[in-house]
Amino acid sequence: MLNMTPTVLKNLLSKSSTRMYPIEKREPFERYRGELFNNIDECIFCKKCQIKCPSQCITVTKDKESGTGTWICDPFACVYCSICVDACPTQSLYMKPVHRAPSAERDMMEQTGKIKLPKKKAKK
Amino acid sequence: MARTIIPFGPQHPVLPEPLHVKLVVEDEIVLEAIPALGYVHRGLEKLAEIRDYHQMIQVVERVCGICSNIHSMCYCQGIEEIMGIEVPRRAEYLRTAWSELHRMHSHLLWLGLFADAFGFEALFMQFWRIRERIMDINEATTGSRVITSVNIVGGVRQDLTPEMCSWILSELDTAEKEIKEIQNTIMDDYTVCHRTKGVGVLTKEQAYELGAAGPTLRGSGVASDMRLLKYSAFDKIDFEPIVETAGDCWARSTVRFRETLQSVDLVRQALAGMPQGDLAAPCKGNPEGEIITRVEQPRGECLYYIKGSGKKFLDRVRIRTPTFANVPPLLAMLPNCELADVPVIILSIDPCISCTER
Repeated sequence: MLNMTPTVLKNLLSKSSTRMYPIEKREPFERYRGELFNNIDECIFCKKCQIKCPSQCITVTKDKESGTGTWICDPFACVYCSICVDACPTQSLYMKPVHRAPSAERDMMEQTGKIKLPKKKAKK
Repeated sequence: MARTIIPFGPQHPVLPEPLHVKLVVEDEIVLEAIPALGYVHRGLEKLAEIRDYHQMIQVVERVCGICSNIHSMCYCQGIEEIMGIEVPRRAEYLRTAWSELHRMHSHLLWLGLFADAFGFEALFMQFWRIRERIMDINEATTGSRVITSVNIVGGVRQDLTPEMCSWILSELDTAEKEIKEIQNTIMDDYTVCHRTKGVGVLTKEQAYELGAAGPTLRGSGVASDMRLLKYSAFDKIDFEPIVETAGDCWARSTVRFRETLQSVDLVRQALAGMPQGDLAAPCKGNPEGEIITRVEQPRGECLYYIKGSGKKFLDRVRIRTPTFANVPPLLAMLPNCELADVPVIILSIDPCISCTER
């Protein structure tokens, strides 16, 4: 055990390696893929995120009669790979560097927004 | 005394994963070991039929958490080779750096678990504390601690800024210093040597004939390392495979310990030689043809067979992981050992059952 003694003494004299977790929290890293959000006002319901998602947790539907679209994500099926964020043409999808809060019920992220009309091409 | 059959696993305190071995024991001496696999089969290869070849990257990353980056790297290399995509040089260096960081955290995790297997809990905590630095580097640079999701067909998704590179280097310096501090404990300590030296000996001939892979093979004196195939940026990186000749548990742990220090050096070389340039080459069309690619995972050689027929869904993905190769050598190590040494021997091949069964 003599080989370990310097390490043990150093551990005794140095400060703790852990932190008092709920009281003291580490700042999240900038790139951390924590939780998926959709800025529904920017969303054009193009279904690109639905097509690219490897876990197939996103469903996008359009209702032309009422002029609204629905973006549904199952956060319990999401694998937080952020492929959808990369694929989004309007950058409406984004990831926050925070942990998803625990939930007692299986809820879905459902958002409804207005379908944007396609921009008219300028006449040449 | 009559022969007794003792079931080892599938749930056992030293095994993080369900490996079941039936041990035929006489007077606490193991005479024979009969493995039983198949507890965590998930059928991931079958998913190739309903996930397109881009989405399969995320699937193969989930074959194993500890070498997720290297799995996706191997898969992407295969697809790139079929489709004739030339990966930008910067992306290759980034892949190399991340794969070596993955190797480091895998080896540190295993060294901790190995110390735990022979009851050295303090050493286990030391290794895992160092591993936390590497996990932080992964989280800060890729966005996730374990499943990095940085590889795509044609390159990588994330870049390293110069500030990040200097931070990684400073963290690696600290980690290297901390690893060297416990070098004497894992390699020279009386208790550790007593439990590992001469235990579970696999000779060079046995290792070669039974097809051992990775540190199990190198611990028996065979200098075989898939990184010598010069994939990714390994063609410009200097390294020699680490070899020990004793073939026992001590040799295998020493190989892994020395490889951890070697990986620090390889990450430094990769970051120093990284050229400027694009991160990914454009990928058009679907793969048509078949390919076999091999990379070196922390546990040994990993082989991917990929077959595509010009559609977006692949015809077949076959994954052969190093633990599968290391099961026959394990069965050769176990006979004539003491029952108390069985956990140490089984852990010395670093079994990853979710890799093996997928």
